[in-house]
Amino acid sequence: MENQNNILEIRNQRSCFFTEKGVVPAVDGVSLDIPRGKIVGLVGESGCGKSMTARSIMGLLRYPGRVAGGSILFEDQELTTCGEKQLRAICGKDISMIFQEPMTSLNPALKVGRQVRETLLAHNPSMNREEAKRRVIEMFTQVAIPEPERRYNCYPHELSGGMRQRVMIAMAMIGSPKLLIADEPTTALDVTIEAQILRLMKQLQEQTGMSILIITHNMGVVAEICDYVYVMYAGQIMEQGETFQLFDHTAHPYTQGLLASIPRLGKNPERLHAIGGVVPNLLHLPKGCSFCTRCERATDACWEQRAELQPVGAEHYARCFHCGEGTA
Amino acid sequence: MNEEKQILIESRNLTKEFDTGKKGVKVHAVNDVTLQIYKGETLALVGESGCGKSTLGRTLIRMLPATAGQVYFHGQEITALTDKEFRPLRPKMQMVFQDPYASLDPRMTVRDIVAEPLNTYKVCKSRQETTQRVSELLEAVGVPVEFLGRYPHQFSGGQRQRIGIARAIALRPELIVCDEPVSALDVSVQSQVLNLLKDLQKEYALTYLFIGHDLSVIDFIADRVCVLFLGQVCELAPRKELFEKPLHPYTSFLLDAIPHADPHLRNSSRKLLTGEIPSPLALPSGCSFHTRCPYATEECRTTKPELKTYGDRQCACHHAGDFSA
Repeated sequence: MENQNNILEIRNQRSCFFTEKGVVPAVDGVSLDIPRGKIVGLVGESGCGKSMTARSIMGLLRYPGRVAGGSILFEDQELTTCGEKQLRAICGKDISMIFQEPMTSLNPALKVGRQVRETLLAHNPSMNREEAKRRVIEMFTQVAIPEPERRYNCYPHELSGGMRQRVMIAMAMIGSPKLLIADEPTTALDVTIEAQILRLMKQLQEQTGMSILIITHNMGVVAEICDYVYVMYAGQIMEQGETFQLFDHTAHPYTQGLLASIPRLGKNPERLHAIGGVVPNLLHLPKGCSFCTRCERATDACWEQRAELQPVGAEHYARCFHCGEGTA
Repeated sequence: MNEEKQILIESRNLTKEFDTGKKGVKVHAVNDVTLQIYKGETLALVGESGCGKSTLGRTLIRMLPATAGQVYFHGQEITALTDKEFRPLRPKMQMVFQDPYASLDPRMTVRDIVAEPLNTYKVCKSRQETTQRVSELLEAVGVPVEFLGRYPHQFSGGQRQRIGIARAIALRPELIVCDEPVSALDVSVQSQVLNLLKDLQKEYALTYLFIGHDLSVIDFIADRVCVLFLGQVCELAPRKELFEKPLHPYTSFLLDAIPHADPHLRNSSRKLLTGEIPSPLALPSGCSFHTRCPYATEECRTTKPELKTYGDRQCACHHAGDFSA
């Protein structure tokens, strides 16, 4: 580990889909730090590789996707090479994950209490069932599920979307993880429930001191609870930094465009800013910067070669030759 | 705003219930809704999932038969018409759907998709004329005309939604029901489609019923906003007034819950709505919001509040505007 304050360090991570049409570099050299006790946000639009990055950490890539290089260090342990058995001992206990759609991540044929208990027993084989059940109900109380004893015996379809997501969070938290990875945890929920779940995650983080990695497409979610932000586009980190610094002094044209295109309550102009064009096909990425096809500031240099991440402020980096030139 | 606003479509005590398969148990999706949509405006319908906003939109334009109540289009009661009598009116009311992947037939080319309504209503005399008209429509929504022969899977989500919009405007409708047209899209694409909807409204003098759940989007597109809760109108007001001073506590909670894309607006002490939506199978007594409302009094639990008019806005709450926001 380069920095002992970090719980997770990803260096130059590459994950690709090996398809008939060619190799698709979905995650293309991503480096990311998650400091202990902090909430880190990874944002980007669909297909930018943000979920793929999270799945690489957990070793959950499905065929034809595969980790193709780089290193993922979790508390001095290399996850990309450590082997299935060791990964299983870590994942679900020290690192756990919650997914976007709580209905498809829960088994519809089993009572939710039992599903959470299973996770607990898998990592604590010596625990007896009564004890496990008590712990699960305690956990349900902690994630503010009303009537936890009754809900223990409910099937997933008997619960609302918000309640199911709370069960998922309980399942993820039951092993007292050091790192929680949340992949679009609130996307399927209504705003009022989203606000409840975000507040719950923040509270749990403060109580337990764990770290959280939130994967999202919603800049609002990032601004609300993250300490650090990574902005991803076409498999690469385009900009990263401390949240306030990044929002106040946005440097990369992509991040600027993204922030400008969000409709804002009470501050909406006649026309919204729109980033022209579409996300490039990852099979045929431009030779230079992957954003150059849509960038208003692109010059010949941008088409020719890729910029490196360069410092643009305190704890703030951007991958652009022209950062700081004008603001959108 | 025009002084004499002309009503394009209005509903009176519109109700829609669905059978559940169990005897006597019904889902009350839309409950006694009376509202007017004026010519040329955008009325937004907002609410959480399951509040009946899509059902209301569909029942209004007769894509679903109403259980009770009436709908008037240009003063003519369309709920009383037979299907045959209604047919000439259908081109006037079209719809844009939420999911651009499910709403286009994967086995039809873009030309055939957009030409389908034209053929159904025999608008064009020849094949060439149809193709010509389709090209014009595609140009109007910003899809390159050389893509006429392509299939839906060859397009991105944003382009598909543009094709869906081209199909909706093909018959020169007066009213378009947009059912969450941008919620499946990424933000950068979402803003393109929202701008397009605004441009088309000016160009073709369209009236929109815009169904959505994202209040920031509503704030951009709507002239008036109608907030639904469990199939009933909570509050209906011009956009600016509604966002500046909500009269109904539910509206105020909805506004408060939006995460702002600005870390300086973080507020960990803001009040959040507790609990979840009651089941539409068995509506609560009195005000249907009272189970979640922190300001509820005895009156709210027993008496259902009427939709009252306050100047140019309406609100159904015993304590309208009278709660500490």
